[in-house]
Amino acid sequence: MPLRDNPLGELKVPLTWTAGIAFIVVLIVAVAALLSDRREAFDTDEYGNPRTLSDRVLAPVGEIASAPGRLTGQGVEGVRGYFFAVSENRRLREELEKARRWQEIAVSLQDTNERYRAILGLKTDPPIPMASARVVTDSRGPFAQSRLANAGTERGIKPGNPVMSENGLIGRVVGAGQDVSRILLLTDPASRTPVMIDRTNSRAILTGDGGPNPRLEYLRGSAAVREGDVILTSGDGGLLPRGLPVGVAVRGLDGRWRVALAADKAPVDYVRILLFEDFTQLARTQNLTPAGAPPPTPGAETLPPPPRLVAPPPTAATPAPKAGASAPAASPARGGATPPAKAPPSPGGGR
Amino acid sequence: MTGSAARGLPPWRWLGVPMLQVMAVTFVFALPLRFWGLSLPEPLFAMPVVFAWAVIRPAMLAPPAALLLGLFLDMLWGTPAGFWAVCLLLPYGLVLGGRGMLAGQSQLMMWTWYAAATGVALGAGYLITMLETQVAPDPVSVGWQFLATVILYPFAHRLIDRFEDADVRFR
Repeated sequence: MPLRDNPLGELKVPLTWTAGIAFIVVLIVAVAALLSDRREAFDTDEYGNPRTLSDRVLAPVGEIASAPGRLTGQGVEGVRGYFFAVSENRRLREELEKARRWQEIAVSLQDTNERYRAILGLKTDPPIPMASARVVTDSRGPFAQSRLANAGTERGIKPGNPVMSENGLIGRVVGAGQDVSRILLLTDPASRTPVMIDRTNSRAILTGDGGPNPRLEYLRGSAAVREGDVILTSGDGGLLPRGLPVGVAVRGLDGRWRVALAADKAPVDYVRILLFEDFTQLARTQNLTPAGAPPPTPGAETLPPPPRLVAPPPTAATPAPKAGASAPAASPARGGATPPAKAPPSPGGGR
Repeated sequence: MTGSAARGLPPWRWLGVPMLQVMAVTFVFALPLRFWGLSLPEPLFAMPVVFAWAVIRPAMLAPPAALLLGLFLDMLWGTPAGFWAVCLLLPYGLVLGGRGMLAGQSQLMMWTWYAAATGVALGAGYLITMLETQVAPDPVSVGWQFLATVILYPFAHRLIDRFEDADVRFR
């Protein structure tokens, strides 16, 4: 049928109006998507299938696309190393001499430390296994700072695992696919990390704001931190292990205390993902809480009953206590919680 | 005049191809590449395209295309889904509503309007981030992204120049 014969053929919809309606509908869809996907929900189950799928697609493409740049960089480094070998050698010798002196001090300190641990009976943290990965994409904007690394659940990586470069902590895993994981950097506005100032042991929360130097929030005391103080993870809350290097304290242009990140000393191409388990989750709480009071050991002495302040007059119906009897099996003060002294012991005891 | 020109401008030419180009360039800039020790900036490459779409003509397909671009940026950069879609759609709507004012303006004035639209997009991002994370993003970082995006106006101008008068039905 020709278009002119169609009764709707002459119908002309105003283009601006239809575009406006399309705009409003799409805006509503975008706002609904934004409200349903909050950044704090980036967790084990709520990271989302579309996001995991897109990460799985982006990671191999990024790996291939960044290969020429990576290889070129390695080539340039090789050429530079060839031409500057003498000065590099001199610098390394100086570093080696310093390191040897530090090694002697470290051996002595390690010995002292082990003796103290043995005397105090301290239980040290178990060693933390780790997985190495290469960064394949890098987001550096003011509203989100994250990276994709080419290792995932197949290597035991889970959301929450801390991520380090060779110099210090860079962030934590917020989403993990089979062979890819997304790392939320310490500088992301959604990042919060419990830290401590090494010199004073003061606690603070490292809060990212999209800039290169995250803030130290919730600092207590006026002299808690000084310029150049070393900042470490505090391990509070059990999310991160204690003592990972984070950076040094600096005063920002806005007067706030901030942290110059240790990881910024060198480009972050490769990362180490610590397969850290929260130690508080390793112990089962139900095993630590006794189910009930253990039965008394047969023949063991028990506490004497509390003295009665007002003795009731003896009546004929109440028999007098036998001489030589030990403490009564149950006193009013104990409320019957203690079983009779001659009750048979339960196997295994109270432990 | 060829037959295809007489039929009008197909949407894939002024919507689809620029969208794919933006996706490709954004992805390249998200690679961990460094030159002389410095990493690449992170401009909002989608902004010139979205601005040009609103200026060229009203279209039903442009808002969904902006939504797709925004969702792609969210997946790539790790922002919540819908974040960049909202940030791109707001200036798109404002520019679409003010097309009458933009018609016939000089390139310098158009650049100024483009800067204002970029300010709306990044301002929306600033507010949404502040509401969501309870932290005000670093204004210096926002300023750098604004500058890196504003200098991209020549790409928007080229798109407008090429497609504003390309469809015979709108002459």
